[in-house]
Amino acid sequence: MTKLLASIGIAALATVSLAACASDPSDTKTSGGALTVKATDSQCTVSGTKLKAGPSTFKVTNAGSKVTEFYVYADGDRIMGEVENVGPGLTRNLIVDLPKGTYEGACKPGMIGDGIRQTLTVTGEAAAPLSDSEELTAAATSYERYVKSQSDTLIVKTTEFVDAVKAGNVDEAKKLFPIARTYWERIEPVAEKFGDLDPITDGREPDAKAEGVDFTGWHRIEKQLWVENNTEGMDPYADQLLSNVKKIVALGQDAPLTALELAQGSKGLLDEVATGKITGEEDEFSHTDLWDFKANIEGSQAAISALRPVLVEQDPALVKDLDAKFAAVDTELNQYQDKTTGDWTFYDKLTDQQIKQLSDAVAALSEPISKVAAVVAQSA
Amino acid sequence: MTDHDAAPPAGLSRRKLLGAAGVGALAAGALGAGAGYAAGDKPVPVVPDKDALPIDFDGRHQAGIVTPAQDRLHFAAFDMTSEERDDLVSLLKDWTKAARQMAQGNDIGDFGAVAGAPYSPPEDTGEAQGLPPSGLTITIGFGRSLFVDAKGDPRFGLDGQLPERLIEMPGFSGDRLDPAISGGDIAIQACANDPQIAVHAIRNLARIAFGRASVRYSQMGFGRTSSTSTAQVTPRNLFGFKDGTANIKVEDEKDVEAFVWAQDGDGPAWMTGGSYLVSRKIDMRIETWDREPLNGQEAIIGRAKGSGGPMSGGDEFAPIDFDAKDDAGQPLIDLKSHVRLAHPDFNNGAKLLRRGYNFVDGSNGLGQLSAGLFFLAYQRDPTTQFVPIQRSLAGLQNDLMNEYLVHVSSGLFACPPGVDAKGFWGEGLFA
Repeated sequence: MTKLLASIGIAALATVSLAACASDPSDTKTSGGALTVKATDSQCTVSGTKLKAGPSTFKVTNAGSKVTEFYVYADGDRIMGEVENVGPGLTRNLIVDLPKGTYEGACKPGMIGDGIRQTLTVTGEAAAPLSDSEELTAAATSYERYVKSQSDTLIVKTTEFVDAVKAGNVDEAKKLFPIARTYWERIEPVAEKFGDLDPITDGREPDAKAEGVDFTGWHRIEKQLWVENNTEGMDPYADQLLSNVKKIVALGQDAPLTALELAQGSKGLLDEVATGKITGEEDEFSHTDLWDFKANIEGSQAAISALRPVLVEQDPALVKDLDAKFAAVDTELNQYQDKTTGDWTFYDKLTDQQIKQLSDAVAALSEPISKVAAVVAQSA
Repeated sequence: MTDHDAAPPAGLSRRKLLGAAGVGALAAGALGAGAGYAAGDKPVPVVPDKDALPIDFDGRHQAGIVTPAQDRLHFAAFDMTSEERDDLVSLLKDWTKAARQMAQGNDIGDFGAVAGAPYSPPEDTGEAQGLPPSGLTITIGFGRSLFVDAKGDPRFGLDGQLPERLIEMPGFSGDRLDPAISGGDIAIQACANDPQIAVHAIRNLARIAFGRASVRYSQMGFGRTSSTSTAQVTPRNLFGFKDGTANIKVEDEKDVEAFVWAQDGDGPAWMTGGSYLVSRKIDMRIETWDREPLNGQEAIIGRAKGSGGPMSGGDEFAPIDFDAKDDAGQPLIDLKSHVRLAHPDFNNGAKLLRRGYNFVDGSNGLGQLSAGLFFLAYQRDPTTQFVPIQRSLAGLQNDLMNEYLVHVSSGLFACPPGVDAKGFWGEGLFA
């Protein structure tokens, strides 16, 4: 936790330092978070020469008649950053991350010579790590409750599935497979924290082959059920599956996700959809991908709900966008659920056009979701 | 200053500037090398490369049409995934802003690829960092399906804005079109002298579009097949022949006005200063072509493979004598040759500004190259230009070349005029 917070502190600082450049004209004479560099054929004017440590943006405008370039040099003309090929009348940006020290900015009209130089002084240090906010703690606690409720049912449903497999009840096992997995898929970011348990529980056959290890877990049993239509030899796999699911649940409760992990998890679940479910690769034998798809979306939504108070405060527009995009995914997805049985359409029955539309909806949601972690990091 | 702007702002012309920069570069190279040896670790000045320079994004016409054809292409057709007019407008605004930044050689967004908050995905995807602008042009066009749905009802409140010339493309004999790689609501053509720059442009625009539009299909082109300026050497297509010898050249202002730019009164006002883009993906049967004897290949094209000169005699740019006959009384330019059937003399004087690219999409399962020409042509009116010319060419009874060609994709797009520094693509549609 402490380590994580330290890096969040740096994240916050970086943002702050850019904002500071913009809001402190007496110090840096900049506007809009950037320094301007006006380059003519004979002059090079930088809008501010005293900078704060961290990334600075130089907007280099060529007001001359020759193609120019702009360099930031450290001692001994070590190049910290450069932007070339700035045509007359154009502006190109140079973003350069400068530690405390003294530098020189140089315009080179005609792209030749030592350039017209100006001294730049960079001051400041990294701020001390900030403390975690109460809201983030509350978000993590709220998600912990969700994980608890899902994992209790996961153990119940996995037990039922394993019992059916061991009883040789193929039809029942096939029915329970996607249902038990629903609880698994909703809290997958928890499982993924435990590197060695995830692959033996949810790994795919080609990966097991490549690693030279036994193919085990959910998908090993899935293959037997759908390809061989029996449960022969599955007892040890079934026992191992239940035992590993229980281990993951216990470990997850001992080490709950932090708010930041939870934000990253909400994105991770959508990445799962985009790479595994949209392609029909995850449940290649049973084609029950849409059960997993829905569960991933629900899990992602649960993570966002837990973070909601933080997000509403920090970035209400993002929350509005997320709500609209989650709703659009639901509309797209829910048309493939049988309202009576609750069953989903099998992946191999979807047309290319339908898959494209699902993919578009997930992509539309994934973009705003990818912005959540930064908001959480900022509010630490 | 720009190649695409009919009313250039005051100042040095690009040509003059390049000349000066070029001379400067030579001098700089020599001086720089000397200085480098003397000073040890002093950076050696960069030699300006005209292919690396930016091309103005703003102007009366969009860049990328009469801009001398760059070497590389990444083309993408998008479909709107939203039906909201506001989403279309905001997308066009966001795209215009990003396209302008990229054309100038900048990262997109406020923080670009690496200056944003560490927990944020970078605004810019980053693969163009450190690369020069590379002559990037980004050109947009609107398909018929943006204006009307399958039933003919207006979309996005664009009633009355559909140009008559933005027709439903008729079928041509021999077409084997795949709908999945044809049409599209919006097309974007990114051309640059560095393929990484062209790819970066489409990738970032596609990313901006998520939730509003999604890529329907896209195509990379690795080499230009037309010269659009007298300053350019005529390149070769994958048949090994010079292509675009008789193309409209930027320098011929009369042709450009008559055949490329939509004029006042040609259609809706928002298209004045724009142009219509026809795209055709043409698969070439490379392996069978390569087995055709030289004289057969030359008869099919109507030009000599080496010089590019017409079979009636003379060098590449010699006028074609369609009446010339050999000793046996046979026409030197075959009656079904490509050069004859495509020539303005046989198409009511119609000309096109061709801007196509060679492509190779790997190979098929039979070990044959999946290769050909991604044909792009700009024009004032497809109904009197591309359509009649293609009718003249299409079908096995016509152009001898058709035995070696299959058209697999087709698109027609209305490219709006250019924008000024504050404008956005297609602004006139929403006025």
